[in-house]
Amino acid sequence: MKARFRFILAASVLGLLMTGPFALIGLLLFADAKDAERAAFAQFLLPRLPVGGVITLLALVAGVLLLRGLFQQYVRGLSRMAETLRLMLGANRNFRVAPEGPSEVRELARAANDLAQQRDELLNDVEAQIRTAKATVEEEKNRLAALMSELALGVVVCNLDGRILLYNSRARLQFKALAQGPTSMSGGALIGLGRSIFSILERGQITHSLENIQQRLRRGSAEPTANFITSTRGGQLLRCQMAPVLRTGAILAKSEDNPPDPLSGKGGDEAGSQAVPAQGVSAATMLGAELQVTGYVLTIENITRNFEREAERDQALQSLTDGNRAALANIRAAVETLIGSPEMEVDYRERFTGVIAEEASAMSQRLETTMSRFADSLKTRWPLEDVLAIDIVAVAARRIQDRLNLPIKNEDQDATLWMRVDSFALIQAITFLASRLQDDYAIRELRLRLAAEGTMVFVDLIWSGTPVSSETLYAWELEPMNVGAETSPLTLRDVVDRHGGEIWYQRDKAAHNAFFRIVLPAAVTHDVPATDQTQHLHSASRPEYYDFDLFAARDAEGSGIDLDRRLTDLAYSVFDTETTGLQPSNGDEIIQLGAVRIVNNRLLRQEIFDQLVDPMIPLNPEAIQIHGITEAMVNGQPRLDVVLPAFHEFCAETVLVAHNASFDMRFLQLKEDGLGVRFTQPVLDTLLLSAVIHPNQESHRLESIAERLGINVIGRHTALGDAYVTGEVFLKMIPLLADMGILTLRQALDAAQKTWFARVKY
Amino acid sequence: MSHRILIVDDEPNIVISLEYLMKKEGFQVAVATDGETALQLAAEFIPDLVLLDVMMPKKSGFEVCQALRAVPALMATKIIMLTAKGRETEVTKGLALGADVYITKPFSTKDLVLQIKSLLA
Repeated sequence: MKARFRFILAASVLGLLMTGPFALIGLLLFADAKDAERAAFAQFLLPRLPVGGVITLLALVAGVLLLRGLFQQYVRGLSRMAETLRLMLGANRNFRVAPEGPSEVRELARAANDLAQQRDELLNDVEAQIRTAKATVEEEKNRLAALMSELALGVVVCNLDGRILLYNSRARLQFKALAQGPTSMSGGALIGLGRSIFSILERGQITHSLENIQQRLRRGSAEPTANFITSTRGGQLLRCQMAPVLRTGAILAKSEDNPPDPLSGKGGDEAGSQAVPAQGVSAATMLGAELQVTGYVLTIENITRNFEREAERDQALQSLTDGNRAALANIRAAVETLIGSPEMEVDYRERFTGVIAEEASAMSQRLETTMSRFADSLKTRWPLEDVLAIDIVAVAARRIQDRLNLPIKNEDQDATLWMRVDSFALIQAITFLASRLQDDYAIRELRLRLAAEGTMVFVDLIWSGTPVSSETLYAWELEPMNVGAETSPLTLRDVVDRHGGEIWYQRDKAAHNAFFRIVLPAAVTHDVPATDQTQHLHSASRPEYYDFDLFAARDAEGSGIDLDRRLTDLAYSVFDTETTGLQPSNGDEIIQLGAVRIVNNRLLRQEIFDQLVDPMIPLNPEAIQIHGITEAMVNGQPRLDVVLPAFHEFCAETVLVAHNASFDMRFLQLKEDGLGVRFTQPVLDTLLLSAVIHPNQESHRLESIAERLGINVIGRHTALGDAYVTGEVFLKMIPLLADMGILTLRQALDAAQKTWFARVKY
Repeated sequence: MSHRILIVDDEPNIVISLEYLMKKEGFQVAVATDGETALQLAAEFIPDLVLLDVMMPKKSGFEVCQALRAVPALMATKIIMLTAKGRETEVTKGLALGADVYITKPFSTKDLVLQIKSLLA
């Protein structure tokens, strides 16, 4: 419009320029002339005026046309180019201006294209670098995660609010074992990213240790760590070491208005990216830089068993020393009296010898009792560890095959046996025996068997053919265990003694074979399960045991959920239930509860709740078709009165998310009064949110939404499977809601409620 | 005049040796097998020295020791504690409560006799 206006103006000016001078000159001449001259002039001019007018008009038209052409090329062409340049700048990076029009404009277009090209190269370069950096970070994170999960110590990293940022699987197992009640169902419900460590450890203890660390840091201590031993609700003893996580480069001026106060959590606002563990920072402290604590690393060891063992050993020692002092005193006094009194009468002498006999036999008995009672604690002086027996045998088998080239076969190996051994020495011993059998008796194959009896584990080395004599074994027992170039200072006997074990040679005439049997102590009451089911289930993906972005996260005031927080910043428990039917008010019951947590915009597949529930009523055969849960599966499972409180604990301080949440919530709410738990947190319904996002779609079934959002659906119709799908759906919905201006929890709840009313109206 | 010795121990198997030994050394001997009896007997017998076991029913040797020290008539009485508890803390406790000597079991009878003689000298 503006260009057109300018064009009209320019054309008018051109018209004026072409006619104006003539008219002016004519007017001037006319004014200057006499009357006669004027008449002659008019007579001369007037007849010729049309011709002149036409010529002028033609010239004007030609002029306007020329002007228009120039306008088209330079003004319009340039504005068009500006538009395409904008496009190139924003929406479509690959767009290029087509050079057209006059050469100057073409040159400009080419220059712009060259600039765009240069920009693209730069951008690509930056992107590539970012990708590489991200990959490196990711790799480091993975390495860290792998390292953490292999540690035998429990490790937990927290920010100053006590929120857990990282934990390893050992910590998870330890806390799982600590948990009271039926929390085996909750898969480590107590520990979780973003959860509070104070539900496990005492707040006062942690605060006190942090203060100690602060103190040490201020003094410039090289090891600003704190140790404490704490007992948990279940009476377990935990030994914890706390090391600070410090922010580097944060030199804080003393005169600042808000001095850093790590205990109240203030002043650590942007710590996340620069947080580093404390090692090697003391130098910086020396330089006078005040280091800011942004969190802490806790290494946790459950020492209950060590402690008990220690106490047992102490008791054994006590009963062996003090328990025998009196008896020995009696004997010694009697003996010395007898020796010192050769003249003693016979009946006196008899009484004295009676005392000696009595006390001596009492002592032997006491010794016997002590030994049998404390046998376990007395023989575990070597650093023995609890291992799965089958693992040791497998390693030994591989070693024998590699070193001796001797084929190994497995025979009746009980895969559930745990033993308490020095694994390296034991593998050496097995390899040594195999090598002697091969060298001296030319066996062609060795079979390894595992069995158990009482508190003993038997490792048998079986071969067919040449029998060996027991004497040979005695000789071998006392040799150093040298296999090939590998020498060992230990003998077989040492190894056996070290375990308080035994070894012997036996022949099985019926089976035409012979074997060496090594007897080893079984590991008692193993609290670490052989396989951690959930972990193995998802072992393909990196474990989501950490989230350092939480370093920067700060707790909102109070423990409630702040409705004005962004959806991306909240923690969620996405859950689903399977039920006996659709009518809770008519007596239908929950038979399965599954839930998964979302923290910091990530679905934490390890932090799950997955539990079958005994409904105490018969199942509906039609429903069995859908969820595949049978009577046999729910029989003997915990009842809802234990499951629901555990689930409540799992969901604490999170927003609940479910698909068609009102259905599940009805089931939960009907039980609230009877069980004394209350689900007061906000609830988001993916069905309603889907209606908010895609109001024109017909179906808002979970499958349809998942398909729309491009999510693979596997394992549906188990509570946990559906919770996973719902969780993924929800995560995809958050950015779509943001596009619609729905950013906070309050906005999401409002929008969902509006669609709900809209739907109810129809 | 021979010295009087009171033996306090609930175990007959040690009492027999101690009694025999003391008599052999020419002392007058009385025996109590628990703490309460020991206190009564001490009041009548007025021993010059008490051989006192720590672990006894009713009243422990520590209590007896303290009670004996509270009796004015027994001011000069020496107390030797004989005990199966060998920890340093218990030795200190015995000595603090008024024992002259603290001997842990088992002990040499020869040393015991020497110890008694030197205390009574």
